[in-house]
Amino acid sequence: MRDVAVIGVGCTEFGERWGTSFRDLFVKAGALALEDAGVTGEKIDALYVGNMSAGRFVEQEHIGALIADYAGLATNHVPSTRVEAACASGGLAFRQAVIAVASGMEDVVVAAGVEKMTDVGTGASVDMLASAADREWEGFAGATFPGLYAMIANDYMHRYPLTREQLAQVAVKNHENGARNPIAQFQNRITVDTVLNSSLVADPLRLFDCSPITDGAAAVVVVPLDRAREFTDSPVRVLASAQASDTISLHDRRDISTLDASVAAGRRAFAQAGLTHKDIDMVEVHDCFTIAEICAIEDLGFCKKGEAGRLTADGATALNGDIPVNTSGGLKACGHPVGATGIKQIYEIVSQLRGEATGRQVDAEIGMAHNVGGTGATVVVHILGA
Amino acid sequence: MSVSRFWRKIPQRYNLVGTQCTTCGRHFFPPRSLCPDCRRSGKIVDHQFTGEGTIVTYTVIRSASDQFEHTTPYVLAVVELDEGPRLTTQVACSPEEAKIGMRVKSVFRRIAADGESGTIHYGTKFVPAE
Ligand SMILES: [Zn+2]
Repeated sequence: MRDVAVIGVGCTEFGERWGTSFRDLFVKAGALALEDAGVTGEKIDALYVGNMSAGRFVEQEHIGALIADYAGLATNHVPSTRVEAACASGGLAFRQAVIAVASGMEDVVVAAGVEKMTDVGTGASVDMLASAADREWEGFAGATFPGLYAMIANDYMHRYPLTREQLAQVAVKNHENGARNPIAQFQNRITVDTVLNSSLVADPLRLFDCSPITDGAAAVVVVPLDRAREFTDSPVRVLASAQASDTISLHDRRDISTLDASVAAGRRAFAQAGLTHKDIDMVEVHDCFTIAEICAIEDLGFCKKGEAGRLTADGATALNGDIPVNTSGGLKACGHPVGATGIKQIYEIVSQLRGEATGRQVDAEIGMAHNVGGTGATVVVHILGA
Repeated sequence: MSVSRFWRKIPQRYNLVGTQCTTCGRHFFPPRSLCPDCRRSGKIVDHQFTGEGTIVTYTVIRSASDQFEHTTPYVLAVVELDEGPRLTTQVACSPEEAKIGMRVKSVFRRIAADGESGTIHYGTKFVPAE
């Protein structure tokens, strides 16, 4: 196995991009990443693209080929593969690129993620996102995606000391970070009252507990570490790449409030890197809902079960805290174009480790990314080091 | 959901028929044709559940997909059947009535409709047992 490094990253602005098409999004992200890496198209050996549901969002399948074509790589016949694991599609695409380079099969590989979600109505997108869970035995009963996470929140609050105000603090903190990120969908600060006065979506979760519907794309370039200096003076090393599965349905989990796949992927990643949670300087976690960030902090081992609410309220996860969580604004404020989110997390960590996160820069040499598919049936964890 | 896809699981959806692995004794609902513990050595047979269980966790859905929008607000829960397995189901009770730990039993009800004049799907819901 070869060591792998990230040599370039790019990300579009996230948001409701009415004037921008699916193709425009990934072409922009890819161009930014290649420019950042100092790599020209003819050097690219392979492409992996994370995308959850272009078939339903924009009625387009065969995304790998489409992206190779519009990125100008089709006439060079560059292999291009679409990767799907619901909201973890981006993290999984990055992992496939890392595996391709580590194995020695490929040298210069692009990992991208893209989702164009606003071409359909809200009811239709609620239905599509529910397909990340079990369509036949959760969706059929009327389960929505927020509804499933609401059931996690209710179970959690029944068993552990988490107040409604502490849960709201997760969104307040992520909006504070989003306000400092020029690509974020929401760059406005909010208060606990903003969250508590927003409409109920699925009790106890309110509108401001939920990540939004977003258009966006992100791309990164990976190469063998021993070739990284050909392209850049500031390569970022991939210290660990881990993935874990769990039951597709929430009701079949060992414990409703613990994402066992997060626990497993986190432990595997720490073992690979030879590190513990104390070595991590910042972490991008999958906060599709506020309760998901609470669970992630605990499941990855940053504190004991039941402590993440207090940790958040005490400011430990803020930019100037002991362990900054979601410096990008997270899914909540930066936005959540499902297939792109996992790549955006890598983009944010690389920006932080290179000291380029102007306005939200933290002191960091090692960062972690945590990307979840569905309610935890797939979890991908990466550790990167400067 | 397509007619054939729904029709295929009518006995399970209407009557709460799941499966059991007679090798290890574990019950499955939703039904499984492979026991995750015994895998290929597990022998799977149909099993009729009694329909009695307890709410493990729940929520009140206020905003739903188009298929369920006319039903909101509704109580959605994870129910643990007395035989062991858990399932996701609606509970026909008021949002205030639903509680973690509440005893419930299954009933046959209309679940959803595909549009104004489309197929009506029936299946199992739960109601408070007391
Ligand atoms: Zn068995």
